[in-house]
Amino acid sequence: MTEVIVVGYDGSDVAKRAIDFAVRQATAQSGAVLVVHVLEWSAYSFLTPQELEERHGRRKEEIERAETALMAPLKQTIAAAGVPVETMIRYGHVAKTLCDIAKKQGATQMVVGRDGSGGLSSRVFGSVAGSLVQMAPVPCTIVP
Amino acid sequence: MKRIFSSAALAVGFGFFAAASASAQSFDETINNAFASSTGWFVTLIFSNFPGTSFPWIVGWLVVAAVVFTVYFGLIQFRAFGHAISLVKGDYSDPNDAGEVSHFQALATALSGTVGLGNIAGVAVAVGIGGPGATFWMILAGLLGMATKFTECTLGVKYRNEYPNGKVSGGPMYYLTKGFAEVGKPGGKILAVMFAIFCILGSLGGGNMFQANQAHAQLTNVFGPYPGWITGVIFAFIVFIVIVGGVKSIARVTEKIVPFMGILYVGTALIILLMNFDRIGWAFGQIFAGAFTGLGVAGGFVGALIQGFRRAAFSNEAGVGSAAIAHSAVRTSEPITEGFVSLLEPLIDTVIVCTMTALVITITGQLISDPATGNYVLNEAGTAIQTVGDVSGVALTSAAFSASFGGFQYVLAIAVVLFAFSTMLSWSYYGLKAWTYLLGEGKAQELIFKSIFCLFVIIGAAASLGPVIDFSDAAIFAMAVVNIIGLYVLMPVVKRELNSYWSRLKSGEIRKFV
Repeated sequence: MTEVIVVGYDGSDVAKRAIDFAVRQATAQSGAVLVVHVLEWSAYSFLTPQELEERHGRRKEEIERAETALMAPLKQTIAAAGVPVETMIRYGHVAKTLCDIAKKQGATQMVVGRDGSGGLSSRVFGSVAGSLVQMAPVPCTIVP
Repeated sequence: MKRIFSSAALAVGFGFFAAASASAQSFDETINNAFASSTGWFVTLIFSNFPGTSFPWIVGWLVVAAVVFTVYFGLIQFRAFGHAISLVKGDYSDPNDAGEVSHFQALATALSGTVGLGNIAGVAVAVGIGGPGATFWMILAGLLGMATKFTECTLGVKYRNEYPNGKVSGGPMYYLTKGFAEVGKPGGKILAVMFAIFCILGSLGGGNMFQANQAHAQLTNVFGPYPGWITGVIFAFIVFIVIVGGVKSIARVTEKIVPFMGILYVGTALIILLMNFDRIGWAFGQIFAGAFTGLGVAGGFVGALIQGFRRAAFSNEAGVGSAAIAHSAVRTSEPITEGFVSLLEPLIDTVIVCTMTALVITITGQLISDPATGNYVLNEAGTAIQTVGDVSGVALTSAAFSASFGGFQYVLAIAVVLFAFSTMLSWSYYGLKAWTYLLGEGKAQELIFKSIFCLFVIIGAAASLGPVIDFSDAAIFAMAVVNIIGLYVLMPVVKRELNSYWSRLKSGEIRKFV
């Protein structure tokens, strides 16, 4: 059974470093990489009637955009490095969704980047990396 | 191009009002008179009584429908209540559908369209005319109305249109045409067109003018009297930049603040009730006694009943069809689930929020009663109960809340303005859907409707309460006339959906996602 490493990816520089790290790990263990892009979403947010009407179409657009702009090029790069790779695009609370996927896919490791800015909002609301430290079901590497 | 359009419209608007401001008060009067005389016939038609009684047929129409749906679906409002809560919590939502419209979101958006001045000002009107007894009938109408709402929202989802670009449109226009065709009944198209026309009027009346009018009333209550058209122009401008200019941030902020204002409002009402807890028993006594005797109000107990039912229907819009438009965008493969969720709407709107307003007005002793007889004292014209500050509508609610919390009128003013604004945004959308249903989609058609809508904001703020409230009610009830005919024809469809879903739920075929 191949070891699967789940990586959170949003296209930022630090996320790219997280990918690099995960690919190195996977190569060493002859494992596979599962790249996950989570769009922040709450089923309890408030929308206007106009937004309700357009939501289904918007969601499709957002997924297509993420697929073509983020995931497809990345998939090629990783595959070129000789590592088996899968991608996923999901909606939800970022840290919670990553953990759910890691559990479901039987991943052995998780990798995420952190922006390290420690701004006010992350102090108040917490950051993805911070939450994963608390919640991760498998060993989790945080790449600076 | 759009920009040129809007700046031209604004320039014309301001020129017009600069000219009018010279004789501001008489301008308000002119609007008022013109408005009252041009809409009077429509109001008379909708509110005419059953021959030989003083009971408006439209109130009977709504109540009979609510009772029929309650019986036909076997007290669905109580049977499905728990399931409705689980649906809203998302227990039955497929996690793979995250990012689509959830049950909670559809409910929240529909609620922000209905929780508005009907709950604050409308209830004060009902209690001011019909006495505390009106509250009893209002609660009963709210409970029965849950079944009506269930029926219309299920149909709204079942017969919605889903377009290739991912947009979703639903509502009575669609179920009247598609549903009637499916069951092989004629006349669906005619009803749909009539509904759309009344929906446009309703969006300009209750969804717009009444809101602007009572927002202005509350603002003058706080800041002292000034001409209504000033409030109107400011409101119209903000509505204009949101719905025409597409300034979504304002709409988004409103959508987020309104629920908290609602909680603040109910919370404050609860605190006032606790402060007067020794009078709660007395207040309920007044409500029950008034419900069956009227306690001397104009029209006796029938007067209390009419006011209660009328204001409940106006507030929770059950049977009106507007909610079916708002609920139809939800992501579900089972239309009936949105029906269950929509049950909660009249409960929250009428049974909880409206009742709070009525209790606070009653318990703080705003209505003057004769200590000798225990009956309420009417004003000179004999049309309403005398109040402590000689006020009505939103000013009465404001007086009741301020009697316990000095300065609450400022909080209420903010709440009123926000509620009015969010209701206007929702109804501008309902009206627009009806307008484009009649005239076809297109930027030009949309701009015309949105401009008319903004103009009516100004008229609503400038006119006085009487004619505005009559027209608002009449337009909204006219929607119910058409919509409920459709609900009667299509209720077997809902019954089939209900039976199928309920048996699958009981057999465990439909399960929670954990």
